[in-house]
Amino acid sequence: MENFDLTLIDWSRGQFALTAMFHWIFVPLTLGLAFIIAIMETIYVKTGDEKWKKMTKFWATLFGINFAIGVATGLILEFEFGTNWSNYSWFVGDIFGAPLAIEGIMAFFMESTFIAIMFFGWNKVSKKTHLVSTWLVAVGANLSALWILVANAWMQEPVGMVFNPDTARNEMVDFWAVLFSPSAINKFLHTISSAYVLSAVFVIGVSSWYLLKNRDAIFAKKSILVASVFGLMAALYMVWTGDESARTIARVQPMKFASMEALWDGQTNVPLVAFGILEKPALPKTQGQYQEKDFYIKIEIPNALSYMAFLNANAYIPGVKDLVNGYTDSNTGKVEPSYYDKILRGKEAITTLKNYKEAVNRGDEAQSTLLRAKFEDKEWMATTFKYFGYGYYDNKSVGGLIPSIPVSFYAFRIMVMLSGHFLLLFILMLIYGLKNKLEKMRWLLYVAIWTIPLVYLASQAGWVLAEMGRQPWVIQDLMPTLSAVSKLDASSVQITFWLFAVTFTTLLIAEVKIMISQIKKGITGGH
Amino acid sequence: MFESLSLLALQQYWWVIVSLLASLLVFLFFVQGGQTLIYTVAKTEAERKMLINSLGRKWEFTFTTLVTFGGAFFASFPLFYSTSFGGAYWVWMAILFAFVIQAVSYEYRSKANNFLGQKTFEWFLILNGALGTILVGTAVSTFFTGSEFSVNKLNLTNIFGSGSTTISAWEGPAHGLEAVLNVQNVALGLAIFFLARILGLLYFMNDIADVNIHARSKKQLLINAVPFLVFFLLFVGLLLVKDGFAVIPEAGKDPLLWKVQIEPYKYFNNLLAMPLVLIMFLLGVVAVLWGIIGTLIGKCTKGIFSAGLGTVLTVFSVFMLAGFNNTAYYPSTFDLNSSLTIMNSSSSKFTLTAMSYVSLLVPFVLVYIVWAWRAINNKKIDAAEMQSETHTY
Repeated sequence: MENFDLTLIDWSRGQFALTAMFHWIFVPLTLGLAFIIAIMETIYVKTGDEKWKKMTKFWATLFGINFAIGVATGLILEFEFGTNWSNYSWFVGDIFGAPLAIEGIMAFFMESTFIAIMFFGWNKVSKKTHLVSTWLVAVGANLSALWILVANAWMQEPVGMVFNPDTARNEMVDFWAVLFSPSAINKFLHTISSAYVLSAVFVIGVSSWYLLKNRDAIFAKKSILVASVFGLMAALYMVWTGDESARTIARVQPMKFASMEALWDGQTNVPLVAFGILEKPALPKTQGQYQEKDFYIKIEIPNALSYMAFLNANAYIPGVKDLVNGYTDSNTGKVEPSYYDKILRGKEAITTLKNYKEAVNRGDEAQSTLLRAKFEDKEWMATTFKYFGYGYYDNKSVGGLIPSIPVSFYAFRIMVMLSGHFLLLFILMLIYGLKNKLEKMRWLLYVAIWTIPLVYLASQAGWVLAEMGRQPWVIQDLMPTLSAVSKLDASSVQITFWLFAVTFTTLLIAEVKIMISQIKKGITGGH
Repeated sequence: MFESLSLLALQQYWWVIVSLLASLLVFLFFVQGGQTLIYTVAKTEAERKMLINSLGRKWEFTFTTLVTFGGAFFASFPLFYSTSFGGAYWVWMAILFAFVIQAVSYEYRSKANNFLGQKTFEWFLILNGALGTILVGTAVSTFFTGSEFSVNKLNLTNIFGSGSTTISAWEGPAHGLEAVLNVQNVALGLAIFFLARILGLLYFMNDIADVNIHARSKKQLLINAVPFLVFFLLFVGLLLVKDGFAVIPEAGKDPLLWKVQIEPYKYFNNLLAMPLVLIMFLLGVVAVLWGIIGTLIGKCTKGIFSAGLGTVLTVFSVFMLAGFNNTAYYPSTFDLNSSLTIMNSSSSKFTLTAMSYVSLLVPFVLVYIVWAWRAINNKKIDAAEMQSETHTY
C-alpha cells in the first residue's frame, strides 16, 4: 500500500466526481425536455395551432441554454478517463472505448446536426422536416445516454471480455453481452426515466410560477398537462426499473447493496429500513477496522429487503461483515470467500501475470507456456483471476474495500422518498389540470416550484449511490481506484480541480441567471 | 466482411479513420479561426453579430468532431489515450479549458443577465480560437518530434515493490508543456492557427452577404496567408530533413515486441515510399493555395471549399506519414522502445472488427451533415436576417 499516493487518488476522484456531478445537472433536462418539445411540436404540426408553436419555441429556448453547458462538461468527462485514469484506459480501453466512439459517431452528430435545424430551420425547411429534426435531437440525445450508460454499467458488471496476459489488459469477446447485460439495460432505462421525471418536474414547476403570477395561463396549463402525463408515465417506469436495478445490485455488487441498507450482519427475512438515522459517523477506515453502527431510530418493513433483492421474503442477504469475513449463502449453498482470501487470490493473479511477462521478456518459453495456460484455465480465471483487483490491498487495508455506509444509506433514501413525492405531484397536477382547477390550488403550485430543486437533489443522489456505493472499484473486483490512476503529482490535479470548480460554478451562475431572465420574459418575450 | 481482415489491416483501417477525423477537425477549425477575427473583420456590433451567428451555426460540428476524434482514438488505440492524455496532462487540460469556454459563449453572449457580460463571452471565443488551434497543432507535431515518456506494462504488477503501478509515465516535470520548446512543434501550432483564420475568412466570404465584411475579409486573407506559408513551410522543411522513428519488423515475432530505431530522413523516405500520400499532400497544398489565391485575385466566394478540401487532404497525408510505413506515430525520445505504433497500441482484433461495422455509419452521418449544412446555408446571412430571426446569438 505504501506505493500508492492516496492524496493523488482522492483528488483525482474528486475531480471526476466534480465534473460528473456538474455534467449531470444539465444532462437529464436535455434528455427529457427534448421529448417534451417534440411532443408539443407534433401537436402544433397536427393542429396548426400557433400557440403550440410558441410553446415549442419557448421551451426550446430554455433547452438551448441548458444544452450548451452540458456539452462543455461532457467533453471534459470523456478526456478525463485518459488524463486522470490512464491505467484504466489501457486495462479496459478495449471494451470501454468502443461505446464512447459509437456515442460520438451515432449520437452526437445526430444531436448536433439536427439541433441546428431545430433552432435555425423554422423558416428554412418544411414544417414536417423541422418536426422530424426535433424528434431526431431527442433520439440523438437519448442514444448518447444509451452508450455512455452501457459503458458505466460495464464498469459495475464487467462481462463479455477475457484477459489477455500478452497485452496485460481485458479484451472484448462479446459485444452483445456488453450491450445487453442486465446492468446495462437497467441502468439505461432507470437513468433515462429519471431524466424524464426531472424534465417533467421542471416544466411543471416553471409553468406553475406563471399560474401563480397570472401570466400566460393557457400556455402554462397546456404545458402542465403534457408534462404531467409524460412525467407520470416516466415515474412509474422509473420505479419499476429502480426495483429491477436493486435486484441486479444485490446479485453483482452485494457490498453496495449491504451499504445502502447499512446491513452489518447478514440474515434471512431481512426487513427494509424505510426510515432511519444512523448512529455516529463512521470512524476512519484504517487498520482493517470497520465501524459497526446501528440506528438511533428506524422504521422497518418486515421481509421487504429480502423480497426486493431476490423476490423471496425468506431470502438470505449478506451483510458488510459477512462479505468481509466470508459466508455461506443459504439461498444457494455457495461459499463466498472472505476479503482476506480474495486479497490472497488477487495477489496470486497479479504475481502470475508478473512471472509470465518476465518469462516472455527473457525468452523462457517453457515457463511462459506454463503460466499462459493459467490464463486459459477457466477454473483458475473464475476462482483466482476474478479477484485480481483485491491483490492491490492487504489485510491491514481491507477497510478500503468498504464504501462509505452513511453516504450510500442516505443517498438511497433521498432518492426513493423523493420519487414518491414526484409521483404524487404528477397525479395531483394531472387531476387538477384535467378539472381545470389548477389556479385555485395555489399551495400545489408552490409545491411544484419547490419540487424543482428537490428533483435535482434526487437525481444527484441516485448517481452518488451508484458511484460512491461501488467504491473502491473502477471495474468491479478487477481494478480499484488505487491502480487505475495516472502518474501525476497530486498538486497538479488539485490545481485543475479548483480551476474546474471555479469555471463550472461561474458558468452555472450564468446559466441560472439567463434561465431565470428568460422565464421571466415569458412565452411572448421571444428570444 | 471485416472479420476476414488481418489485425494489421484493421489497425491501418482505424489509423485511416482517426486521420480522417483529425483532418476534418482541422478543416472545421474555420470556426476557431473565425472567432479570432470578430474584432478585426467586424467594426460594428451589427457586423459582429453576423460573424458570430455565421460561425454559431457551425461550432457544434467542430466540437462534435473533436469529441468523436477522442472517442475513436480511445476505442482504436487505447494505449495512446492512456499514455498521452495521462502524461502530457497540462497540454490536454489547456485544450479542454479552451473548449469548455467556447461551448457556452455563443448561447450566452447576447442573452440578458448573462453574468459575465457580452465582451467576456466574446473574449472566450477569441481565446478558444487561438489556444485551441495552437495547442492542438503543437500536440500533433509531437507525433513527429517525440516526447519523453516510458511505457511498461509490468508496472501493473508492482504490488510488493515501491514503484508505481501506472504503466505509462511522463519522464519530465512539465507534463507536456515542454512541447513548446521545440521550434517545429510551435511552427505547426502557428501554421494551424493561421490556416484556421484563413478558412474562417473564406467561410465569412461564403456565408455572409455584406460588402464591408467581404472587403475586410479579403484584406485579412493576404495578411494571414503570409505567416501561414512561413510556418507551414518551416514545419514541412524540418519534417523532411529530420530523423524519424522507424519500426523494425521481425518476421515471426509478436509485433508488440518489435523494436524502434532512429532512421535518417524517415518522413522524407515515407513520402517517397507512399506515392499516393505524396500526391495527396501536393494536391492538398495546391488546393489550399488555389482557395486563397483564387479568392484574392477574383470575385470568387467559394474558396472555402477548395481550401477546405485541400486542408483535409494535407492533414490526412501528414497523419499517414506519422503512422504508416512502419513508423512509430507517438515516439518516445526517453525510451525508443516505449514508442507507440499502430501495432502495439491498438485495440484487439475483435474490438476493431466490431468498431469497423460501426464505421459504416460514417457515410450516412456525412450525408445528413451535408444536407443540414445546405438547408441552413442556402441563403446567405445578412443584416436583415439578424433582425427578423428569432433565434440569434
